[in-house]
Amino acid sequence: MSGTDRRGFLGTAAAALAGVALAPGIRLIEFAAARAPEEPASAKVRWGMLIDTAKCASGCDACVRACATENGLEATGRPRTDAQWIRKVELKDPKSGRQHSAPVMCQHCAHPPCVDVCPTGASFKRADGIVLVDMHTCIGCRYCIMACPYKARSFVHENLSGQRPEVPRGKGCVEGCTLCVHKVDRGDGITACAEACRAAGHEAIVFGDLNDPESPVSRRLRELPNRALREDLRLDPGVRYAGL
Amino acid sequence: MPASSAAVLQRELQAHGWRFYGPLLALAAVVAAGFAAFVHMETEGHIVTGMDNQIVWGMPHVFAVFLIVAASGALNVASVASVFGRVAYKPLARFSALSAIALLAGGLAILVADLGRPERLVVAMTHFNFKSIFALNIFLYNGFFAIVAVYLWFLMERRMNRFSAAVGLAAFVWRIVLTTGTGLIFGFLVAREAFDSALLGPTFVVYSFAYGTAAFVVLLQAARLWEGRRTEPETLVRLGRLLGVFAAASLYMTTAFYLTKLYMTRHHGVVAFLLAEGGIYPLFFWLGQVVLGGLVPLALVFAPGATPARVVAAALAVITGGLAQMYVTIIGAQAWPQPIFPGWQESSSFFDGEIHPYAPSAAEIVLGAGGVALALALLAIGAKVLRVLPEPCTDSSSPQPTSPPAKPR
Amino acid sequence: MIRLVVAALAIVCAVPAAQARVQKPVLVIERAGNCVEPTEVMRREHRKLLLQQRERTVRLGVRTRAHSLAGCVECHASSKTGSVLGPEGFCQSCHDYAGVKADCFGCHSPKPAGARR
Repeated sequence: MSGTDRRGFLGTAAAALAGVALAPGIRLIEFAAARAPEEPASAKVRWGMLIDTAKCASGCDACVRACATENGLEATGRPRTDAQWIRKVELKDPKSGRQHSAPVMCQHCAHPPCVDVCPTGASFKRADGIVLVDMHTCIGCRYCIMACPYKARSFVHENLSGQRPEVPRGKGCVEGCTLCVHKVDRGDGITACAEACRAAGHEAIVFGDLNDPESPVSRRLRELPNRALREDLRLDPGVRYAGL
Repeated sequence: MPASSAAVLQRELQAHGWRFYGPLLALAAVVAAGFAAFVHMETEGHIVTGMDNQIVWGMPHVFAVFLIVAASGALNVASVASVFGRVAYKPLARFSALSAIALLAGGLAILVADLGRPERLVVAMTHFNFKSIFALNIFLYNGFFAIVAVYLWFLMERRMNRFSAAVGLAAFVWRIVLTTGTGLIFGFLVAREAFDSALLGPTFVVYSFAYGTAAFVVLLQAARLWEGRRTEPETLVRLGRLLGVFAAASLYMTTAFYLTKLYMTRHHGVVAFLLAEGGIYPLFFWLGQVVLGGLVPLALVFAPGATPARVVAAALAVITGGLAQMYVTIIGAQAWPQPIFPGWQESSSFFDGEIHPYAPSAAEIVLGAGGVALALALLAIGAKVLRVLPEPCTDSSSPQPTSPPAKPR
Repeated sequence: MIRLVVAALAIVCAVPAAQARVQKPVLVIERAGNCVEPTEVMRREHRKLLLQQRERTVRLGVRTRAHSLAGCVECHASSKTGSVLGPEGFCQSCHDYAGVKADCFGCHSPKPAGARR
């Protein structure tokens, strides 16, 4: 997109969004300003998500399908080796029989074990908190998969083709949820899973800037009791869960 | 005062012509098969192996880590001589150092071949994340090659002999750090209930004493048989006693590790899985690691009337037990799922909450075998070219020949 | 770099006497206007520019288009095949001729964003 096109688009979008604002400060949809292309990611922002398991419908996999579509993950019918960046985990309390459903993906920890153990530094945490794999440096040793408490990552076991241009991925490297970094960087303000969950009418996934106290995700985090998975490990994940 | 190594004649491997090249070609064939397996894995991807997103480290790693741990321990005989001043082992020091180099090379070759992107070895050598114990290990492994090469040189060159004790000490300390690091590759992983323990560092050090000595016994006897003779009985019996002590120490570390884990209620599940309910894992643990790797060698070595044959059998048993231990440690730990929601039953399309099966493919096993064959081939070539094997009387209290006997034709 | 210079020279010089076993590169520039850098600079430096840009994009999140691989693909993809690969693809035909393997497209799409797969 050239500069003038982008400005024109943003102008129109801003006008449209102003129309959907209900009242000052309350918006129906999250509006995130696009970062200028030459601007690097900033530590002033910390991207994260809140997953409200009370709203997560068992049997619904809209988030999983959306992630696969967005990132070009093709299921080959071999789930043991196919990449799964997000999955729905069905939970059952063995004592009471109480059941829950929750999507689990890379938790984008502030102290990621995968980053600690990567021998080449390919697994890294970007300034804005998104934990990524630099596929150019990854040697495919899979130590990060051994180290991740959330089983977040997948190894690419075979040659790929038809990758989405925004999401390069290939054989021999390790990959995982990127918090839709390509969408975030161009200003979409939302991940594919959160978008799909909203479209499915559940609104169980809220994405946003954890460092902004007025972002929808921060406000929900103040309203709902929430916790991180495996809090005992003190990894400070960027993804938090309510209702568990 | 320790006798100088000049008192014992050191020679190359005395196998000539087809006696040498025949077995070497056989080893080369296995190496070639391993290389073919590597090319297959590199072209098609790891889909041709039995490894998947649940078991990411499989048979190649079992072989590789065993070789690496054994390599570190194979240096033991030389260390006992140079560092602890046990003169009787001095003639074996050169072969010990060479074995260490060869075994490590074989192990590392398997690891590199198994990488998702082995062509990026240069990247691994130039980009280091120093917080990673894996990266530190890469330094330690390369440093090990360098230090042991220098040690071997000092052992072999007369005017450098007086420095061999110092380098020997450096090599000893280096290998303790290296093997602790190898153990901590697993020990640092809080994500895996079967790991997550500082004890794995020292445990691997103790295992290395046992596996290294066992490997050394087998390699020494194999070299002698290749020459058409046998190792001196006193040497084997002496090494056998060392092996017995180390096998007992290994049993102790294993017991300490699993008993500690068992005491912690949250680990009851994983310990029950590995030691009782997990099918192949309890089988390999009890029959392989404990019986074959510990009790049988102890009986063979310490029961009255230990013969060289029993010592070699004990060494082979320890090696078998070591491979079984690596299987349980590396693969068993991955078969048990990560507890993402402790206390809850989990199920998902990504196999959360369930035991992960594993069946190695031919490619992986051939790759592992290729690495072992590479280690043996390198050792054979090194022993053929360098004067590392002591002439028959390896006990330095016996009279030595002053010149080599005529070469057999 | 030497290979690139040799390749560039080989492309530019007509050598009718030599038996052409490898097809000469087919350089079809379909888009009007200039590349982000002059042709001579691009021929020598495109690898370095791409490598530098990828560090900025991956590690820092800088998404400028000029030296990005996606930017190249967007302009240089053939209108017939939609790709920079293929026997007459912009990238592949030169790289085949020069015998320099470009690892990029094992992972990166050779087709521009918005193109049908």
